[in-house]
Amino acid sequence: MFGMNKNDTTMLLLVAVLTMLAPFILNPFPTDSGLAQFNAGYPDLMQRFVIFGIFAIGFNILFGLTGYLSFGHAAFLGVGSYSAVWMFKLLSMNVIPAILLSVAMAGVFALVIGYISLRRSGIYFSILTLAFAQMSFNLAYSVLTPITNGETGLQLTLNDPRILGVSQTADGSIPVTSLFGMEMRSTYEMVVGPWAFQFNVGYYLSALVLLAVFYLSIRIFRSPFGLMLRAVKSNQQRMNYTGLNTRPYTLAAFVISGMYAGLAGGLLASMDPLAGAERMQWTASGEVVLMTILGGAGTLIGPVLGAGFIKYFENIFSKINESVLHSWFSALPDGLEDLLVTLVYPFVGKGWHMTLGILFVLVVVFLPGGLVEGGQRITTWLRSKKADGNKPTSTTEPAE
Amino acid sequence: MGILEVKGVNKRFGGLQALGDVNLSVKENSVHAIIGPNGAGKSTLLNVLVGKLIPDTGSVMFDGQSVLGRAPYEINQMGISRVFQTPEIFGDLTVMENMMIPCFAKRDGAFEMNAIASVLSQKDVVEKAEHMLKEMNMADKRQMHAAALSRGDKRRLEIGMCLSQEPRLLLLDEPTAGMARADTNNTIDLLRQINEERNITIAIIEHDMHVVFSLADRITVLAQGKPLVEDDPQNIRGNPLVREAYLGESA
Amino acid sequence: MDAILLQVLNGLDKGSAYALIALGLTLIFGTLGVVNFAHGALFMIGAFCAVTVQRILNLSYETVDESQTDFLGNALVVKTPYVEAWFGAETGGAIIDWAVPLAILFAIPIMVFVGYAMERGLIKHFYKRPHADQILVTFGLAIVLQEMIKYFYGANPIQTPAPEALSGIVNLGAIIGMDIVYPVWRIVYFFFSLLVIGGIFSFLRFTTFGMVVRAGMADRETVGLLGINIDKRFTIMFGIAAAVAGLAGVMYTPINSPNYHMGMDFLVLSFVVVVVGGMGSLPGAVLAGFLLGILESFASMNEIKSIIPGIDQIIIYVVAIIILLVRPRGLMGRKGVMEE
Repeated sequence: MFGMNKNDTTMLLLVAVLTMLAPFILNPFPTDSGLAQFNAGYPDLMQRFVIFGIFAIGFNILFGLTGYLSFGHAAFLGVGSYSAVWMFKLLSMNVIPAILLSVAMAGVFALVIGYISLRRSGIYFSILTLAFAQMSFNLAYSVLTPITNGETGLQLTLNDPRILGVSQTADGSIPVTSLFGMEMRSTYEMVVGPWAFQFNVGYYLSALVLLAVFYLSIRIFRSPFGLMLRAVKSNQQRMNYTGLNTRPYTLAAFVISGMYAGLAGGLLASMDPLAGAERMQWTASGEVVLMTILGGAGTLIGPVLGAGFIKYFENIFSKINESVLHSWFSALPDGLEDLLVTLVYPFVGKGWHMTLGILFVLVVVFLPGGLVEGGQRITTWLRSKKADGNKPTSTTEPAE
Repeated sequence: MGILEVKGVNKRFGGLQALGDVNLSVKENSVHAIIGPNGAGKSTLLNVLVGKLIPDTGSVMFDGQSVLGRAPYEINQMGISRVFQTPEIFGDLTVMENMMIPCFAKRDGAFEMNAIASVLSQKDVVEKAEHMLKEMNMADKRQMHAAALSRGDKRRLEIGMCLSQEPRLLLLDEPTAGMARADTNNTIDLLRQINEERNITIAIIEHDMHVVFSLADRITVLAQGKPLVEDDPQNIRGNPLVREAYLGESA
Repeated sequence: MDAILLQVLNGLDKGSAYALIALGLTLIFGTLGVVNFAHGALFMIGAFCAVTVQRILNLSYETVDESQTDFLGNALVVKTPYVEAWFGAETGGAIIDWAVPLAILFAIPIMVFVGYAMERGLIKHFYKRPHADQILVTFGLAIVLQEMIKYFYGANPIQTPAPEALSGIVNLGAIIGMDIVYPVWRIVYFFFSLLVIGGIFSFLRFTTFGMVVRAGMADRETVGLLGINIDKRFTIMFGIAAAVAGLAGVMYTPINSPNYHMGMDFLVLSFVVVVVGGMGSLPGAVLAGFLLGILESFASMNEIKSIIPGIDQIIIYVVAIIILLVRPRGLMGRKGVMEE
């Protein structure tokens, strides 16, 4: 279907079902129950799932296929956000022109930065992108304050000269972002018994965009272009001696992934029209690297899984504070309770970054293929166990 | 005029004269062997031919056009393919994918932004690659990762990849190094067949005299970066200069 | 003229820190071939060694002094550091005052141990893995170390003053009839870093150990073939590099109060320094460290900022990008090292 093989179609449909039904799937616990804190079906959180999913899918086109590790992709996300907010300020509150400009601007930036950075490969490439990202951050944070509003971040005001639209609404407030009249923030709440499911316009717009770009990434992976990108990762020498010019291939991949990042940035600003320099910091670039690796670099579904996984646990872990921990372990004797709380506390709440760092190290050391590889290993293990049960003499497949 | 004309090529690395006034003329449809003791400059010469090194002086003409100053991929697109001493293939990709890449390079040139169509929908490339795999007796291994192939298979795959580009000149750098006798003989047969049936000119660097004398129509002997002799195999055999150059090396 | 000399001096202290971190990065890259993104964290740990020593020396016991009362009329609680009780108020006070320099003694074993543990525990498994994996795992490690420091010491910068005697300012220009006022501690820092750099260079130059390490940097396999246990020496080298970063951190604390993200802040710039100096070149790292420090300090002059606003924030990156493109191997890099 859609020019894809059966596996890819299944995967796309799976992602489609998951994203469309996310308000149900992510809200399994009744609102009043103690487990409601594990729900994730809130509009802003669901929006982050899919938007960072888009970011990671794009990053994977560069890193997963060509093996070029960029430490500067957050810069493109930031460029996208600033562009979108400017579009809201100057043109209209409609998200379409804002997102289009985000993608275009990020593409231009990626073209320039990629053109220079890709003249080197390996670690030099990583350091060049890192330098560019840090430079962009500094530019946004202080140098280009007239454009970025520096430390405070770029926001809408009551005096924006909006060409197609009004500076303020009738009641004197800042207009909200919308898609042809459908407000991004508008949420329909469906109450079913003790459950409350929220359907948000902004989320569904982002989810549809995710599906579109996920489909695009499947096509890229299966195309001759995608094959060439994997060949770049595998053996550049052979590429050159096969009459193929690697640089335009890597540059195209870099620009495409930069545009994905810009799209994500534009969507972020469309959901909440502000843009700050901290989105461009290189630690933010590190986060998208982690999402991609954790899910499985070079696989189609990996980045989506990785982004969802990290954003979900970021949300859950950040909410856990000392009193929550005490309530969890309250059934235990006091001494043991305190001990457990002390042991767990550094890793939750504000300590989420610590957990993230540990996770990063563990994944790179033990599971370089990420969650997807983990899943495959478990499947293989289960199958071999089953096969062993049936045929004790069966030989194991050669490892590759 | 040969298809490949090398004239007065010099290359220095610091104080070392790697190539000194090298002349070479490879005739179309011939098998031309370049031999010489270690350090004679054979590999340097090869790297000059494929654009990896630029000589200090001299000219290299392929089919009437200069190759100097062109990038390796451009020289390849002119019709020169190279087989490496250790097979250079795409280890992470399957054998079939390995074979398709040169087919795409032949069809679409050095860069083509073909990002939407599926690889499998490119029927002409798929057919050509499958045909080539069959010719190389590797059709049954098409789904294997290339890195998992045996050394002989890797070599065959690499040669097949070069052939699917339909080159006019095939450069080989000690293609039988480290091979068992049987594999060596197979490779000799394969190369002879390539030369005779596909009319591809072959320039080969080789240590193994058995390979050289079974294949070559013409031989150039290099010693210390300088061409010693260029002649037919039967004359090379009896040439005292050549014997001398090889004395103490592999006489 | 005064202003220019002052900017050169201003650049020296930052340049010293860059040089010391870059030196360690280069040692690790040159010997182990590993790109260590956690090196900034080592600098930070060093700085927090100073904080720790200061806190330990300030550990106090409380006594109630009945003869004095506070403003509520209660008897005054007097805190006396143990050090003062043991050595007398004068000597004890001096020891506390000299906490930062004293921390060097404390930091060296700690840093060598941290470096050793890092190399044996994690990094040695990554020698054969791609550079991307090395970057990723050390990046993760850097996050973990940074968060640990944040957990134990909080997120706010911690004041760590220099000894009273070394914390004033001095007019360096007086000798040559100019007016260049400069903090004493920064002069100390500069000479301290020269001392460390000199120490490392002589160690590599004049000891057998250093000779083997240098040979290993040039050609690892051959040295391995000679039957020399190069791996063990490289482990020690990692410890030394960690100690250098740590010492740079300890002594830097009076210049900038340490916080948990200082490592990351310095890391990116130190990488740029390494690249500009030439990957794998020790003199290059030192030279580029000082050059870029001074360059940054010039760019932050008001006269220059009024021409190009904000240039001080980006000058180093701009220079690095230009150098990488024009001369990929850096100022003093050997040809062929990571030139791809």
